[in-house]
Amino acid sequence: MKNRKSLLDIISESTFIHIIMAILCGFIVGAGFLAIMGLSVGDAYGRLLSSVTSLKGFTYVIVYSVPYIVAGLSVAFSFKTGVFNIGAEGQFVVGSMAAAVVGIVLGDLPKPVLIPLCFLAAMVMGGLWGVIVAFLKTKWGINEVLSMIMFNWIAFYLSNFIAGIPGIKNEGSAEATRNISENASMLFPKDFIRSAGIAPTANWGILVAIAAMLFVWFVINKTTLGYRLKAVGFNRNAAEYGGISVNASILTALAISGALAGLAGALQLMGMGNRISIFSSQEGFGFAGIVVALIGCSNAFGVFVAGLFYGALMYGGSKLNLVGAPTQLINVIVGTVVFFIAISAIFKHIKNMKIRARAKEGIK
Amino acid sequence: MTDIINSLGIILYATLVYATPLLYAGLGSCFSEVSGVVNIGIEGMMTAGAFTGTVVAYFTGNPWIGFICGGLAGAVFGALHALATVRLGADQTIAGTAINMLGPGIVIMIAKVLFNSTDTVPLMADQKIPKLFSGLFDTSTVGGRFLDNVFATYASTYIVFLLVIAVWFLFYKTRFGLRLRACGEHPLACETLGVNVLTMRTLCVTISGFLAGLGGACVTMTISTQFRPISIVGQGFIAIAAVIFGKFKPQGALLGCLLFGFCSGLKVVLGGSAAVSMHLISMIPYVVTVIVLILFVGKSHVPSANGKPFLRSR
Repeated sequence: MKNRKSLLDIISESTFIHIIMAILCGFIVGAGFLAIMGLSVGDAYGRLLSSVTSLKGFTYVIVYSVPYIVAGLSVAFSFKTGVFNIGAEGQFVVGSMAAAVVGIVLGDLPKPVLIPLCFLAAMVMGGLWGVIVAFLKTKWGINEVLSMIMFNWIAFYLSNFIAGIPGIKNEGSAEATRNISENASMLFPKDFIRSAGIAPTANWGILVAIAAMLFVWFVINKTTLGYRLKAVGFNRNAAEYGGISVNASILTALAISGALAGLAGALQLMGMGNRISIFSSQEGFGFAGIVVALIGCSNAFGVFVAGLFYGALMYGGSKLNLVGAPTQLINVIVGTVVFFIAISAIFKHIKNMKIRARAKEGIK
Repeated sequence: MTDIINSLGIILYATLVYATPLLYAGLGSCFSEVSGVVNIGIEGMMTAGAFTGTVVAYFTGNPWIGFICGGLAGAVFGALHALATVRLGADQTIAGTAINMLGPGIVIMIAKVLFNSTDTVPLMADQKIPKLFSGLFDTSTVGGRFLDNVFATYASTYIVFLLVIAVWFLFYKTRFGLRLRACGEHPLACETLGVNVLTMRTLCVTISGFLAGLGGACVTMTISTQFRPISIVGQGFIAIAAVIFGKFKPQGALLGCLLFGFCSGLKVVLGGSAAVSMHLISMIPYVVTVIVLILFVGKSHVPSANGKPFLRSR
């Protein structure tokens, strides 16, 4: 028996290496497309890098990342419990709208009261959106993927409807809500932003994202609740047999996951958006959350880093057209990364086959 | 009375037109899910089909070549999904998410290169999928106008209804269908009895992509005349929803798609009168679906092996 690990063993065991490899593959495929289109790979990737490494660019990246990180945490939390929260999109939207309504209607409240109140409203609405779906599943056995897709659209049209209500709607010609009160905004003071030369939308949101990350890490790894949820995620039947109520776990998991998605919506609004437009199609923060959770392996810290990576690509990507490369390149790169993360499962399979083969030799 | 019949005709027309793309994609979803592979990449496959269909129809001038190429573009992404999920044991949800990013990403990039815009050039009337039986009915009478609205519709609609019957026959009346369903219920048993599960699933997921591609092409070649990044916004997910609604059966998917189509049709007709908020009207199909699920449908039987990768151990 050899004890030395082969290269294949090392590669197949480390999820971290899989992800780095997947990211490399993503950029290689992206470079391939650039080459086919006759564009300079160096120019495009150089632009991508330079636009996120300047001080201003870097602060933009952080600002962009915040909603992605928190939406990613939401999806990651649901993954741990074995539920696929494809409804994060809807929960994000209702959360964002709830925060906007509070931020507009109660705009006279002082900042230290109003900001937590906006967060609370967003988390309650997002959590509610998650709980409804969980309830439909546990009470009537309705497929959660189906009802989440429905509730994503209901949230979308509800948000558009509320944005048009007099008092909420913008007085000007803009198809949007009024701006939220100054007291609900999380932006850094204007003077500070100007003197520091950072992104004009620089805000405190990243601290909330860090808090959310610590919360998810703590609940999943250090509490009985987290243990229960994970047990249900690993094996529903075994958990039930062990005395854990599966239905209660699904309800709790989607409530927390929904609240996180709702919080992400509030952060996007109070940090960057300032108001909610009447959209013609879904914005996709929740779907981005799925991608971020996947790249971050559903691990709280991993999701945080993945969210920063995603934010950097989104911000850097928006500058790509300056060198004549289509912004859509970013989606191709990210899509490829996710694809390679998906197929990295084959390493685990190869390893299992090897173990089995070794076991057989042992028997002989 | 005349008004009511006219409106009814328009609603039915819109129902059929809007249900058609969903139905193609829904049948595609059936193939994949019934064989045991979750395919949430339907949306991305539809986008690929929508773009390819219009572009090929634009350059060749022949809608049917465009339509088929739209399907083939979807099939390419279907094959990619099959490669990842069936051959390499990838998580089916993750792979599907990747397809949903890659499909739109790649085609919109190509659109940028070809047209220097994310939109394609609008199709001429004769480059769109033709309407059958137009001019057959006397539109000067109320009844004629009604029949014209309902029956003088796109050829793709007639094709998809025939396809529903064909897929139903294939699933439930042929040996192939029995094997296909068995792959989704108990792949190991299938394999033991000599059915090649991997080949079956690869084939089904690729067919799934082909049908989703046709569905996408239907959107840009009937409802609108050009591909835009917002041409396919959620139809793929709605099609998946319709299939779950229809308990993973082609005839059930038909019902689900017609329901969504009908609600879209209602929206088109009621949208003109701004008595109720457009946004609330748009919400109807989704609310109705949830209510119908609670009242009538309840638990749907998901194919037992759905979502679980099946890889041979040797």
